[in-house]
Amino acid sequence: MATSFRSALQNLRETKVWKSIFRSGPANTNRTRSLAVFGNLFLHWLPVKVREKSLRVRASYYLGSISFLLFIVLFVTGILLMFYYHPAAPQAYRDMKDLQFVVSNGVFLRNLHRLAAHLMVFAVFWHMFHVFYRGGYKPPHEFNWVVGVVLLLVTLFLSYTGYLLPWDQLAFWAVTVGTNIISAMPVVGSKIRFLVLGGNIVGENALLRFYVLHVVILPLVAFLLIGIHFWRVQKDGGLTVKHRDEDGKE
Amino acid sequence: MSDTNNSAVPSVPHSALAGNGITRRDFLNEITLGALGIAGLGSVAVTYQYFSPNVLFEPATTFRAGNPDLYPVHSVTFLPDQQVYIVRMPEGFYAVSAVCTHLGCITQWKADADTIACPCHGSKFKADGTKIEGPAPRPLPHFAISLTADGELLVDKLQSIKPAQVLKT
Repeated sequence: MATSFRSALQNLRETKVWKSIFRSGPANTNRTRSLAVFGNLFLHWLPVKVREKSLRVRASYYLGSISFLLFIVLFVTGILLMFYYHPAAPQAYRDMKDLQFVVSNGVFLRNLHRLAAHLMVFAVFWHMFHVFYRGGYKPPHEFNWVVGVVLLLVTLFLSYTGYLLPWDQLAFWAVTVGTNIISAMPVVGSKIRFLVLGGNIVGENALLRFYVLHVVILPLVAFLLIGIHFWRVQKDGGLTVKHRDEDGKE
Repeated sequence: MSDTNNSAVPSVPHSALAGNGITRRDFLNEITLGALGIAGLGSVAVTYQYFSPNVLFEPATTFRAGNPDLYPVHSVTFLPDQQVYIVRMPEGFYAVSAVCTHLGCITQWKADADTIACPCHGSKFKADGTKIEGPAPRPLPHFAISLTADGELLVDKLQSIKPAQVLKT
């Protein structure tokens, strides 16, 4: 069984189609392994070799990867939720209730989206603290630290804009209070509040604006910055790992 | 200008250097950057205009509050649609905003405690809007209140007035 599977795989690798996609051939030497990574859009920014030390759990607790995984979960569940959600008052609240009680598996997707959002804020903060206390912001990582701080802010904005979308009392008052904090800004505060809400009160315009920010603008910004963030980890020499002193202390 | 300093360097004859020292390339670059800058500022301006709605479907800011006889003396009446208290005291009527000056929550009149209380962060006000305690930075504003020709109360929420201006009855 196993041999026939292996030979079938081998036959597949001999086909013209396979060879046109994976041009570097079988990854059986260091050179062809490197080529396989370089030649793949999804892998090319990864290092072709990593230090074993930087793969240890204690090196990063995989917090960045966990944040990214949660972002992907949110991206997928968010798109699925959009199939049943109208960003209009009062339909938005009914759609949210429908997702909970009427739509098959809707409550599962909604809760997955909610929980992943809570966890992502937690994971991103933990990631930030971990990088900070390890000195991960020091040269040559300064730029990537700043990108990370912006990503933390984008995460919080995503969380906040998503908070209004259920259109319940919690959402309404949270956004009333939050946008009143904006208007405390000197000179331009109330103008910015007017622009954010598209009016003077938290109404239909505000719901639509928060929706567009939540499902289009902020995810695009997040994807772009995540791309830069990952790429720079590699360009700045990989993960920050503690180097042992000569006497063996970390 | 500084051509004489470079006389030792054999240079390609450059027609534009003869005049004011701006090369054709610099001139075109500056013109292009200037045009792009103006276009950029223009796009910011029209985008700002686009995002500022001209027509809003929000509750009217001026409203009739009914006949004065609806409100007994020494009473505070909350109008939920307008988010305003109509207060009637022996000296007359005043309209007090029900929106907390801290972060915009809707306050509630607590008749037993004789105070207006905010549920969000615990600010408390007297019936005339002056602050008793809490994080609210300002007293609740008074809105212009008058009588229409047919004798109904008229409140204008866009016009704030001094608390001393009471509608006498």
